Amino acid sequence: MDVLRNAVITFLFLGFLNFSTLPWKNSVPVMNFKQFEPELNKKNDTVYLVNFWATWCGPCRDELPAIEKVGEKYKNEKFRILLVSLDMPNQINSRLLPFIKTNQISSDVILLDDPDQNNWIDKVDPGWSGEIPFTVIYGRDFRNTYNTSFSFKELDSIINQKLNSP
Amino acid sequence: MRKLIFVFGLSLLTLAFTSAQGYKVGDKATDFKLKNVDGKEVSLKDFPNAKGFVVVFTCNNCPYAQAYQDRLIDLDKKYKSKGFPVIAINSNDPQLSPEDSYDKMIVRAKEKKYSFPYLFDETQNVYRTYGAQKTPHTYLLQKENNDLIVRYIGAVDDNYQDKTQVSNAYLSNAIEAVMAGNKPNPSFTKAIGCGIKDKAKRT
Repeated sequence: MDVLRNAVITFLFLGFLNFSTLPWKNSVPVMNFKQFEPELNKKNDTVYLVNFWATWCGPCRDELPAIEKVGEKYKNEKFRILLVSLDMPNQINSRLLPFIKTNQISSDVILLDDPDQNNWIDKVDPGWSGEIPFTVIYGRDFRNTYNTSFSFKELDSIINQKLNSP
Repeated sequence: MRKLIFVFGLSLLTLAFTSAQGYKVGDKATDFKLKNVDGKEVSLKDFPNAKGFVVVFTCNNCPYAQAYQDRLIDLDKKYKSKGFPVIAINSNDPQLSPEDSYDKMIVRAKEKKYSFPYLFDETQNVYRTYGAQKTPHTYLLQKENNDLIVRYIGAVDDNYQDKTQVSNAYLSNAIEAVMAGNKPNPSFTKAIGCGIKDKAKRT
């Protein structure tokens, strides 16, 4: 019975994620850190880029076009982008969704709503001060973190290398 | 001329070094002299009766800094009389963040009726020396003989969204600990914040 229940929940959840990938979203999944943490620890052949950002963060906004362009370039490869918004939960409708629509963001976006930041920042990376943007790029055998604002050229060369390293 | 270039290079190096390092808990903090919103210069030595200071790197524009404006007023009201006044500092480069200009600081301080100095770190040297990375970023200093010792670095508390839901008021707890002669625990916390706007680190 539990198996069936879990299957139904998984099915609903997957449906929710698929829905969220549709351009242009009219909602974003809201997660606490515990719900979000598996996104940082997948073990398979895919290269994951997890970017912490917010609409109020200038350097984050500056690098989003580069991230989007890389996502478009490698859309048929084993590469997945997750944009983790740290916008205020009460500004989803007033700021986040309009931003996603205006900038036609096609990468997946979630909102991380977990105010106990001192507890989870180290779980993302002990070297992270909490300043955004912050990006984790990882795969089965590697994990790199970046606290800079990417240009397309920089990010393209990183992803290209990660996808093609033997 | 060559000597001048050498000195300039050396000071740049020093800047880069301090910017990457900054203070750790237990370090001696240096005083500063910065312009307040009332036009007067303020230094920590102007407070001979203070037992220490709550130095907060903050600004006008950052939503996280805004979320803590009222809490800084509360902290100052509660602890100034006990010898730990709040000293707020805006280190953002107004060319990168026009909302954080000196004139806009004056407006904000009036609007919010700040009970504490709100200082403009125009050269950005103070935030670099302290190692502040974002707003808000707090440093609790305690006077010891003629020194200022860093006792706590980090966030105000563990809930930026709602002060009624705070379960650990890190900064107040640290002040209470220091007043009781104890070491704050934790003495270092992390939080999400807006990076301090500085052309030198813009990539």
